[in-house]
Amino acid sequence: MKLTDEEVRYVADLANLRLSTEEVTRMSHDLGEILTHIEQLNELDTAQVEPMAQVLYDADETATLREDVPHTPLTNEDALANAPARGNGYYKVPKVIER
Amino acid sequence: MTAQAISEIQAGLRAKKFSAKELAQAAVADAERQNSKTNAFLMFSPERALLTAARVDEAIANNQFAGALAGVPVAVKDVIVTKGLRTTCGSRMLEKYIPPYDATAVIRLEEEGALIVGKCNCDEFAMGSSNENSAFGPVQNPKALDRVPGGSSGGSAAAVAQGSVTASLGSDTGGSIRQPASFCGVVGVTPTYGRVSRYGLVAFASSLDHIGPFAHNVSDAAAVLRVIAGRDEQDSTSAFAPVDDYQSMMREPARGLKVGLPREYFDGLGQETGDVIHAAVRQLEKLGCEVREISLPHTRYALSCYYIIATAEASSNLARYDGVRYTRREDSETLADMYRNTRGCGFGAEVKRRIMLGTYVLSAGYYDAFYLKAQKVRNLIARDFHEVFREVDAIVAPVSPFPAFKIGEKIDDPLAMYLSDVYTLTGDLSGVPCMSVPCGETKEGLPVGLQIFARHFDEATMFRLAYNYEQAR
Repeated sequence: MKLTDEEVRYVADLANLRLSTEEVTRMSHDLGEILTHIEQLNELDTAQVEPMAQVLYDADETATLREDVPHTPLTNEDALANAPARGNGYYKVPKVIER
Repeated sequence: MTAQAISEIQAGLRAKKFSAKELAQAAVADAERQNSKTNAFLMFSPERALLTAARVDEAIANNQFAGALAGVPVAVKDVIVTKGLRTTCGSRMLEKYIPPYDATAVIRLEEEGALIVGKCNCDEFAMGSSNENSAFGPVQNPKALDRVPGGSSGGSAAAVAQGSVTASLGSDTGGSIRQPASFCGVVGVTPTYGRVSRYGLVAFASSLDHIGPFAHNVSDAAAVLRVIAGRDEQDSTSAFAPVDDYQSMMREPARGLKVGLPREYFDGLGQETGDVIHAAVRQLEKLGCEVREISLPHTRYALSCYYIIATAEASSNLARYDGVRYTRREDSETLADMYRNTRGCGFGAEVKRRIMLGTYVLSAGYYDAFYLKAQKVRNLIARDFHEVFREVDAIVAPVSPFPAFKIGEKIDDPLAMYLSDVYTLTGDLSGVPCMSVPCGETKEGLPVGLQIFARHFDEATMFRLAYNYEQAR
């Protein structure tokens, strides 16, 4: 299976990844090789098989519900401590709306 | 003083042969001294270790119980968050990230008196099989310095193998505990999915991620697992199943255990590794185990299945590193460019490759053909285990087709690198508990690990087989 540079750039856009020209070339080669390997799954007839999203174990349906007891959350200061830019208790990002 | 077994530490503390403070100081000093050689640690935490040590020493002075792991030096993989202690995930993206909370497993270790001496090197965001994908340099295998320690928990395995700590925590998504354990000649355990809370484990592929211990011997690994296992309200996928007393249950003789040998795990196996594994199987027979050949017919599809599901989940989980919340940002004119530039500069090559693959298999038009298909195949792989476990109590197999390879040997060929996980992926996909226990060496002296699988939540039988084998070796 081959992936064109254009397809790679399209996927990189979906993933919000800036890739250099060299990275795009390398990526189309590597992904193509991996996707070729992955195509072997088509050998299997899975028409009657349920998809498995998670490992499940026996528990009551409501087992993961907890009592609604107030907890102390992270403080605003702690939550923002790793922010690259902040102001007035919020995360700051480049302007997205024109005034 | 290099790392001692848990029982020796406990006896020594009781007899006042040494204090927990001395144990903490010795472990940190040893880890620091060896780091120029192996690069197993990304960070040392002497203050934190000494704080817990002081509590342990005080309890002992007052003749109180100081905890199941009192004075035991441990190291923690750097994808597991530690409050106030930098947690990088082996990535430039999180070079300056200081978590505001502790992972549940870390809290439980310290509550039982364990001394956290530092954070271990690993492949970036736990993506890799050789530890060469760390942004902070590869780890050298303490048993052969020109070779990889395995990955992604390479630093955690090396920290134990080099004798700096008694035990460590790693994480396993496709083999990242068992494979480095086998490469470094230590015990490594991937418990049942849900057995240990993932709260505070930086997410790679949430339906596959596990936290588990490394140790020098089976008993110590079992002791650490017992401490970190059990339901945690912070992780709704953590299980309610009671945690067994593994260390007493494993002492029951292995005689009569039905052990399956899956024929698919012996295709493509290196000759020397095969010889060592077959010798281990003969030892199990001598112990009175009933060994029989079995089949897990969908094994050969595990690699494809895994690389679809794991990368799909990773592409979603790693979307959070967008330059807004987690320290790193590449300033740009627009929000979209800030996202792209931050992620383009912050992530390494393998992480980008997996985000790309995951985004591709989830993208419009490909979802059914790749992602849904892989989820169905995952069910077939899980059913294989379910069927076989009607007939046998445990399954034994090699951990890896070959022993530790040379640094640089496979780094340019992603598919060849992925193939080194070919025997470990099924454990994560099916969620059964599995482990690597040292079972010998190649002629060159490279360690080989024996993999043991057991039924969901039956870690006790897995440890019983491993412990009896270890004692008889």
